[in-house]
Amino acid sequence: MADGTRGKGDRNEPPDDEVALSARLQRLGERLADANRPSENDTGPRSTADASAYARGFRLSTELVAGVVAGALIGWLLDRWLGISPWGLIVFLLLGFAAGVLNVMRAAGVVRERHLTD
Amino acid sequence: MATDPIHQFQIIDLFPVVKIGHTEIAFTNSAAFMLAAVIGITAFLVGATAKRSLVPSRLQSAAELSYEFVASTVRSTAGSEGMRFFPFVFTIFMFILTVNMIGLIPYAFTVTSHIIVTAALAITVFLTVLGYGLWRHGFHFFNLFVPKGVPIYILPLIIFIEILSFISRPISHSVRLFANMLAGHITLKVFAGFIILMGSAMGAIGWAGGVLPFAMIVALTALETLVAFLQAYVFAILTCIYLNDAIHPGH
Repeated sequence: MADGTRGKGDRNEPPDDEVALSARLQRLGERLADANRPSENDTGPRSTADASAYARGFRLSTELVAGVVAGALIGWLLDRWLGISPWGLIVFLLLGFAAGVLNVMRAAGVVRERHLTD
Repeated sequence: MATDPIHQFQIIDLFPVVKIGHTEIAFTNSAAFMLAAVIGITAFLVGATAKRSLVPSRLQSAAELSYEFVASTVRSTAGSEGMRFFPFVFTIFMFILTVNMIGLIPYAFTVTSHIIVTAALAITVFLTVLGYGLWRHGFHFFNLFVPKGVPIYILPLIIFIEILSFISRPISHSVRLFANMLAGHITLKVFAGFIILMGSAMGAIGWAGGVLPFAMIVALTALETLVAFLQAYVFAILTCIYLNDAIHPGH
C-alpha cells in the first residue's frame, strides 16, 4: 500500500521526486565522505604504500585469494587427518572465503584494522 | 631458447655444498644473487658509516635516508615500542629492495620471483609475530581473535574467521611479492620476444616495427623499478602492521 501511494505521488509530481532523489544522493555522498575520512586518516602511512592503483588492486586480490587458499588448505588437512572428507573442505572453504572478504575489507579500510579499533 | 619467458627463472646448480641423505644441497644461482645482495648491502652500510661526519657524504646521506625511511615507517605503524623490531624490518626491507633492484639488471636472476624465497620471509615474519606475541602477552595474545562487541551466538564463527584471516596472512604476504616480480619479469621478456618474432617473421619491416615493443620495454622497465621499490616497501609496512598486532593485541 505504501508503494502504491508513493508510486502515485511520483507520477503526479516528478520534480518533487527529483528533488528528493538529489537530496538523498547528497546525503549519501556526505555519509560516504564521513565513512571514508577516518579510514583515510588512520591508514595515512598505508596510503603511501598503495601509491599506485595497480599495487592497491594487487593487494586486495591477493588478500581474498589468500583467505580462500588458507581455508582450503586447513579443510583439506583436517579431512586427511580426521577422515571426515568432504566436510572439512566444505566448511573451511566457506570460512576461508569469509576470512578473505574480511581481509579485503580490512585492506581497503572499510572495516578498520584490529589494532585501531580501540 | 631465446624467447622463452620462463627461462630466466631457472635455478642452476653452481657447485655442490653438502649432501644430506640422497639430497644434494648445491650452491645455486639464486643463492649467489642473495649472497651478492647481502654483501652489497653490508658494503654499502659499512662504507657509508666508516667515517661518520656531521656533514654527511653522499653515501652517508643515502644510508641515513634509508634508515630514516624505515624508522619512520616502523614508528608510524607499530609505535615507538615497535622500534625494537627495527633491525628486523630494516634487514627485510633492504634485502628485498636490493634483490628486486638487482633482478632488474638484464641477465640477472630475480631471487624474489621464486615463491619459496618470499614464503620463507613471510613465514619468518609470521613466526616472529606469533612467538613474540605469545612470549609477551601469554594467553592474552589470543584476544586478537576475539573482537569486542560481538553477540555471543555468532562469536564462535567470528573466531574461526579471524583465525583463518590470521593464517592467511603469510600466504598473501608472500604471494604478493612473488607474483609481482614474476609477472613483471615475464611481461618484460614477452615484449622483448615480440621484437625477435617480428624481426624473424617480417624481415626489415619487422625490425623497424620492433621499435614499438622496444618503447614498451623502456616504459615497463620504469614501471618495474617502481614496483620493485613499492613491493619492498609494502612487504616492510605489512611486517610492521603484523608486528603491531604482536605488540598490542587489541588491548
